[in-house]
Amino acid sequence: MSQFFENVGRRVLDSVAGIGFALAMFVSAIIGKPQPRKSWPLFIKQMYVVGVLSMVIIIVSGLFIGMVLGLQGYTILVDYGAEQSLGPMVALSLLRELGPVVTGLLFAGRAGSALTAEIGLMKATEQLSSLEMMAVDPLRRVIAPRFWAGLISMPLLALMFSAVGIYGGYLVGSGWLGVDEGAFWSVMQSAVDWQDDLLNGVIKSIVFAFVVTWIALYKGYRAVPTSAGISAATTSTVVTASLAVLGLDFILTAIMFGG
Amino acid sequence: MESRKTQLWVGIFVVLGVLALSFIALRAASGTMTTSGETYTLYAKFDNIGSLKVRSPVKVGGVVVGRVTDISLAGDYYEPLVEMSISKEYDEFSETSSVSVLTSGLLGEQYLGLQPGFIDDSVSMLEDGDSITDTKSALVLENLIGQFLFSQGND
Repeated sequence: MSQFFENVGRRVLDSVAGIGFALAMFVSAIIGKPQPRKSWPLFIKQMYVVGVLSMVIIIVSGLFIGMVLGLQGYTILVDYGAEQSLGPMVALSLLRELGPVVTGLLFAGRAGSALTAEIGLMKATEQLSSLEMMAVDPLRRVIAPRFWAGLISMPLLALMFSAVGIYGGYLVGSGWLGVDEGAFWSVMQSAVDWQDDLLNGVIKSIVFAFVVTWIALYKGYRAVPTSAGISAATTSTVVTASLAVLGLDFILTAIMFGG
Repeated sequence: MESRKTQLWVGIFVVLGVLALSFIALRAASGTMTTSGETYTLYAKFDNIGSLKVRSPVKVGGVVVGRVTDISLAGDYYEPLVEMSISKEYDEFSETSSVSVLTSGLLGEQYLGLQPGFIDDSVSMLEDGDSITDTKSALVLENLIGQFLFSQGND
């Protein structure tokens, strides 16, 4: 019996300590005197790794998801003679939900796992300890540029995803299935509000960017420095980040559109 | 050299992101009208507003001039009071103007149709905070059917 309580207690203490460590890591990585000359090149490098290299997968999947939305939406809407509502359907589902969420999931898989593996391997090969030996704070030098790069690049990726998706829906709906081009855009324009839909979507993607990047960095930094540990940390990054994105999406949707 | 290429790509990446934002903002969402510009407020009391919602458009002859900003019950008899903000661009509506709750299409959203009234020396213009007295309520399908059946029974 006491074994059981001991287990529970250890679990709770571990998770509280984990949250505390993640918070402390975040604070000490972000807060501090900015050193633009030193950190700007590091940041640009990470923008390239995290953002630019994720661009292709985001644009291609955005195009396909938009095209599928156009096709599926058309077959349903045409039954009601409402195929002109295809534009708002595609635009709203992309801007409100699919853009931020799918980008978050893809970003966790494409960039988050890479971040975790990279930092985990840095830890395993004792590069982080060497930095500390040289009186360089690894949080400032390794974590901070990656965090900012993730936070900035994912909303941009989500916007690209939505834009390409809307264009894909337009290609299928208007080019192939024969929805009137003018109606497609004008009905979309009257239904999509930049504050309610666009801004809320961007806010969502910023929240997801924060969560995914943070989870990836934390998992990497806390990885057990062995090959098995790094692989476990990478898996756990993708799983935790995806679940966090989906769970938070529900909460954010309830706050933004539920009332 | 490597760093130049990286910078170039990051630049392209950021520009593409901004382009995507402006594409969505300009092409997919227009609604900046009356949410950003100068507006003034008008009130109108109805018997029944149907399924009119906050943010429903206010249209003059199909052109959106404003939006419904608040719906509440007012007065001793709890009549629905609709508050709408109209763009300052269109501030020359006379007191004799009327508003009615209309439906776009057969199953469409409901909106407020503003019908500008006549203008002569004896009528003044609507200003910020004024009420439009001449209102027509929404058509409620059940009431309509009820009236129809009632009139059939009289024959």
